[in-house]
Amino acid sequence: MVKKFVERSYIALILIFLYAPIGILIVLSFNASKSRAKWGGFTFHWYQELFHNEAIMSALTTTLIIALSSAFIATVLGTAAAIAMNGMNKTPRTILMSITNIPMLNADIVTGISLMLVFVALKFTLGFTSVLLSHITFNIPYVILSVMPKLRQLNPHTFEAAQDLGASPLYAFFKVILPDIFPGVLSGFFLAFTMSLDDFVITHFTKGPEINTLSTKIYTEVRKGIKPEIYALSTIMFITVLLLLVLINRRGTEKKVPLRKV
Amino acid sequence: MNVLNKLTRHTENSERSLQNTHVNNVKWLSFPYIIWMSGFILVPLVLIIFYGLTNKENGFTFDNITLISDPINRQALFLALKLSLFSTAICLLLAYPLAIILNKTKMKSNSFIVLILILPMWMNFLLRTIAWQNILEKKGVINNILAFFHLPALNIINTPTAIILGMVYNFLPFMVLPIYNVLIKIDKDVVNAARDLGANNRQTFMKIIFPLSLPGVISGITMVFVPSLTTFVISTILGGSKIILIGNVIEQQFRLGNWHTGSGLSLVLMIFILFSMAILSKYDKESEGSNLW
Repeated sequence: MVKKFVERSYIALILIFLYAPIGILIVLSFNASKSRAKWGGFTFHWYQELFHNEAIMSALTTTLIIALSSAFIATVLGTAAAIAMNGMNKTPRTILMSITNIPMLNADIVTGISLMLVFVALKFTLGFTSVLLSHITFNIPYVILSVMPKLRQLNPHTFEAAQDLGASPLYAFFKVILPDIFPGVLSGFFLAFTMSLDDFVITHFTKGPEINTLSTKIYTEVRKGIKPEIYALSTIMFITVLLLLVLINRRGTEKKVPLRKV
Repeated sequence: MNVLNKLTRHTENSERSLQNTHVNNVKWLSFPYIIWMSGFILVPLVLIIFYGLTNKENGFTFDNITLISDPINRQALFLALKLSLFSTAICLLLAYPLAIILNKTKMKSNSFIVLILILPMWMNFLLRTIAWQNILEKKGVINNILAFFHLPALNIINTPTAIILGMVYNFLPFMVLPIYNVLIKIDKDVVNAARDLGANNRQTFMKIIFPLSLPGVISGITMVFVPSLTTFVISTILGGSKIILIGNVIEQQFRLGNWHTGSGLSLVLMIFILFSMAILSKYDKESEGSNLW
């Protein structure tokens, strides 16, 4: 009993550690005082202001477009690459996997700088496209690493069986392989989207002066003080994702119930 | 071609061999990826090496690299090494028991645990670090709590301690996840066998569980050590302007347009990164990196 209590408390302490800053940011979004350091009473003011703040809204749009499209393109490229790698011999597969690991293990600052050097060397103006290309690059490994384990579990004969029964390779892929690996593809997409959304360092080096994502916008305000509207926006985003996840989890458990009865 | 021939030989009719060629032909699916990674991973690395070893007139030089022995740069590198080693050790000490407990609780799905650890990333990483200013500063949350109990105030903000805390906070999930992922895969029968043969808790842990979890520990260590060593954001936000890490130096060089110097110093950093990658790949041969998440 005592042991269980200690274990529960330990998990609770770590969760407090991880979520305390988030709680503080949510509290700050309702703070009437413009200063981060003192509490000026409860207000919804910043939530109303947020939608009139064009700089923040455009940074939000850029962030979401880049996160969505980079996650999508990375998912397509990564899933295709994972399927191909799964069918390869050991040596080429190991080489490709090592290259895949580079952006995950390398420091963000080095990845960011080296990508910037390439764009500049190609006389490519830094801006939206360079950020998008960079995000796709660091997102692909997350997709591959999510899809790979699912491919390993796959029975290779189902694909052949489908083809023996007259399915074209493409049809067999969509009907047989994709449904089996879909959880991996989905979690790869979700992970890529999250990583893109949360990235600062690589965006910082590849963005050029013209555009801002939320991260880079926040960084420019670190010294002069964060605008409270940003707290409001992050609170909305965080709560949205939280609710979505709760909903998905609920649906997941509801689905399982009838199965168990049978 | 060899593989193709073998396949054809083994099949009974020509129709089937055609289909097997299809199965084997999925290799082309990796071409876009190979081109992409060459263009955006390999070429950039070659370029950073080129910049690091040349001067503004494109002449070959080691000057950018030897700049690391400049007192300011050297101190920044040593401080970064010290702080990142501390934060990696703290992460390991916090994460290992957590991973063991999580493994025991047998949550209905391990994706739930992954979600709980990833969810904070939906609050921007810079903002979460800024929130630590609120917690740590002179009249912040911690000192308010201490004052309530009439305890002396702590002065943490703008010290190396604050930076270590920020590193541990930001990178702890990257230590927990790999260890947890290795622990759930350990065969229960192996543990039971050890107990049947008379091993006590301590022996089971030292001889069975810990050695088997080593790949996860190693990949956790690299995933915390590398970003801690190279960060410039955490030190900017929690260290004030006085504490400079090697990441800050490099970022500043690029901001000032000294690309050759910045690249040279990055190459020095990459030596440490490559070193930890080499250790990782030594322990990670079997799993091919799939245990990271």
